[in-house]
Amino acid sequence: MKNLHVNLLATLLILVSASICYYKVTELKLPLLPVQESELWTIEAKVTYKRTAGPSKVSMMLPKQVPGFVVLDENFVSGRYGLTLENDDLNRVAQWAIRRSQDDQTLYYRMQLIPGETPEFKDKNVVYPGEQEYPEIMRTALTALLEQVRNKSADTKSFTHQLLQRLNAPDSDENVKLLRKDAATPEAWVSRVISILQDARIPARQVNLLILADGARHSRLVPWLQVYTGERWVTFNPKTGESGFPSNAVLWKYGDKPLLDVSGGKSANVDFSIYKQSRGMTAVTQQRAGIINGPVMEFSLFNLPVQTQNVYRILIMMPVGVLLIVLLRNIVGLKTFGTFMPILIAMAFRETELAWGLALFCLLLALGLMIRFYLEYLRLLLVPRLAAVLIIVIILMTFVSLLSHKLGIDRGLSVALFPMVIIAMTIERMSLVWEEHGAGESLQQCAGSLFVASISYLLMTNEYLEHLMFVFPELLLTLLAFTLWLGRYTGYRISELWRFRSVIVKGN
Amino acid sequence: MLWKNLLNPSKRLRELGLLGMNQRNGDYILKYNQRKFYPLVDDKLRTKKLAQQAGIAVPELYAVIEAEYQVAQLTEILAPYSEFVIKPAHGSGGEGILIIKGRSKEGCRKLSGALLTKSEVDHHISNILSGMYSLGGQPDVALIEYRVDFDPVFEQVSYQGVPDIRTIVFQGIPVMSMLRLPTRMSDGKANLHQGAIGVGIDMATGRTTGGVWHHDLIDAHPDSGHTINHLEIPGWDNILLLSAGCRELVSLGYIGVDIVLDSKLGPLMLEINARPGLSIQLANKQGLLPRLEAVEKIKSIPSSPEERVKLAKSIYRQTQNSQVL
Repeated sequence: MKNLHVNLLATLLILVSASICYYKVTELKLPLLPVQESELWTIEAKVTYKRTAGPSKVSMMLPKQVPGFVVLDENFVSGRYGLTLENDDLNRVAQWAIRRSQDDQTLYYRMQLIPGETPEFKDKNVVYPGEQEYPEIMRTALTALLEQVRNKSADTKSFTHQLLQRLNAPDSDENVKLLRKDAATPEAWVSRVISILQDARIPARQVNLLILADGARHSRLVPWLQVYTGERWVTFNPKTGESGFPSNAVLWKYGDKPLLDVSGGKSANVDFSIYKQSRGMTAVTQQRAGIINGPVMEFSLFNLPVQTQNVYRILIMMPVGVLLIVLLRNIVGLKTFGTFMPILIAMAFRETELAWGLALFCLLLALGLMIRFYLEYLRLLLVPRLAAVLIIVIILMTFVSLLSHKLGIDRGLSVALFPMVIIAMTIERMSLVWEEHGAGESLQQCAGSLFVASISYLLMTNEYLEHLMFVFPELLLTLLAFTLWLGRYTGYRISELWRFRSVIVKGN
Repeated sequence: MLWKNLLNPSKRLRELGLLGMNQRNGDYILKYNQRKFYPLVDDKLRTKKLAQQAGIAVPELYAVIEAEYQVAQLTEILAPYSEFVIKPAHGSGGEGILIIKGRSKEGCRKLSGALLTKSEVDHHISNILSGMYSLGGQPDVALIEYRVDFDPVFEQVSYQGVPDIRTIVFQGIPVMSMLRLPTRMSDGKANLHQGAIGVGIDMATGRTTGGVWHHDLIDAHPDSGHTINHLEIPGWDNILLLSAGCRELVSLGYIGVDIVLDSKLGPLMLEINARPGLSIQLANKQGLLPRLEAVEKIKSIPSSPEERVKLAKSIYRQTQNSQVL
């Protein structure tokens, strides 16, 4: 196998590139299409309080992890306050502290979320509660209720469901009415339910949810119920007994500790405002992937500064054009001026757009050629002649820009983006070919170059390809592999089928 | 079956054993021609000196113009010669070659009869020196050499210019030859893409087998109307011998050797090409591949050119039987 080495290398390159792509698509959920959008929730918590004498300290519970969501970004607006973050088992506590402050104080916490899976975190040790203390009369009611519920349930989950339904039933018996007493607020109700469950030796706790509603202001946390089934914590609606989280709810904190704790202040209050945005999936997922999995995304082009990103958006498309050149030259057999000249012209077309680019390029080339033919009479030596052509090209570009500006055609200004050295060399080579092989051959090569430039322009500005190449730069390895293969392609070129047509047509 | 050929043209080409550009580059030139030996053939001055040392007949070198100041002394340099050829040492594809067949008071007379003034000749040499005809535009030198007085045997079938014989020599064995006849269109030049005729040659007998002009198969010279079939090339074995001998000269495995027939001096080697074109297959109406593969099958190539010429003829006969054309 004479091509074994090339084949192995190319296959290896493709495998590497494909597996990175596969990982990015399936694990990191990077989108293959550029158009997808995702909802991005922004939650803003505004803390206000009135200062009393002395130093102030504000503690606020924050979620550590939000089940069903990925935290893209969070920030604290805390002015002159010192900020510390502490972790306990389930929550985080943000502590703002200041020695002296003004009367009315406002602090902000902002968090950005997108829907997504996060790994569940395990509770290390769940403590099984003992019997609770109840007054005698309630104890009787409780024992009766628990007895009834226990008879109608099979496990913790169905037990809790049954219990909550009984406790919430509108036409309930005397026992339940007694147990419902003095539990008017949602918080009190949840702690009452928890205490009943604990009496039945079931670990239960309060969680506080924030319901996401677009445009909501002055939102409050809603207490919810979680019950430990022996394997995991199951969430229940304390009002209906349904299990599971409501849709679009953020689990803000665990336990019944107050959300806000202020020392050295009074009338403390937390206000949540919520709004939703649609964001380009690419940027969102890149950000998310960066949070989920560091190392792979460390090398993402999205980590570059935006300006550099834009340069790479163009650069990374060049190999696509280069592969096209290889195809057109070695498989099709098209003739062009200079190997990669069409690519550079295509890059210039990005700024001018195709029709204008072609028109301006042809105009420059035609004017340049006319002057070049005149230079021929002067019998200049090669390098000075090339230099003269380059200077003339720049003069022509200036002239075209000025003229089009005067005429009010702004597009004409973009002529300045053409690579003038390339144009000068093209003019020189075109005139040589013109002299030696005639106008036909020269125009044919020129048309070939422009054709290749146009096709590579269309390819290199294709939105879908651009997205793919930028999000999956490892595709460059695939392009390299194909180029290697083409480098060992020894079959006929399509142009040769035409060139050797006299022997093909001749039948036998 | 005509339509079948048209339906799958590449299959037909494969059957005929036609060598394509990609395969020539990938399987032969890259494999058999070491890059370090390229300068030996790219510089015609070096090739000529090597050939002279090895006793291979070449057109006599009159002068080498290496620098611009020598252009001023051109009149003295050229004084002894009325006929000569000016060519760039690094030219390719026959470009930049100026053939002067006589002189008059006003200047030099080109092959076509057109007069060139002295300043036009000077400018041509300046262009050569500045690298206009060399690969990559590198500065070059101009060679002034003996103008071949070509054998009248081809007088009927060439329009001005010098007909030459191009032979592909693969590992020292001449595998395919063609006679290149200048036409009015090619301006006396012998390169096919400039409009010269390529005529296929029977390697065993040295007789022509019909030609190709541009892409058309022809039997007669388009300018004179004289037949180009079954012409006998004089001293064919000498030509093959000379071509085969060029392999050792430049240490390249896959070369095209250009030879002209001088009426007095016999065959002279003009130049060696490390990237010979593919049109020779059209002229011969046969593919190179069967012959190249036959050479690749030979385990040890004999070192004497005479033996290699014998091999060349036997390979030619072998492949003729299997040819379907």
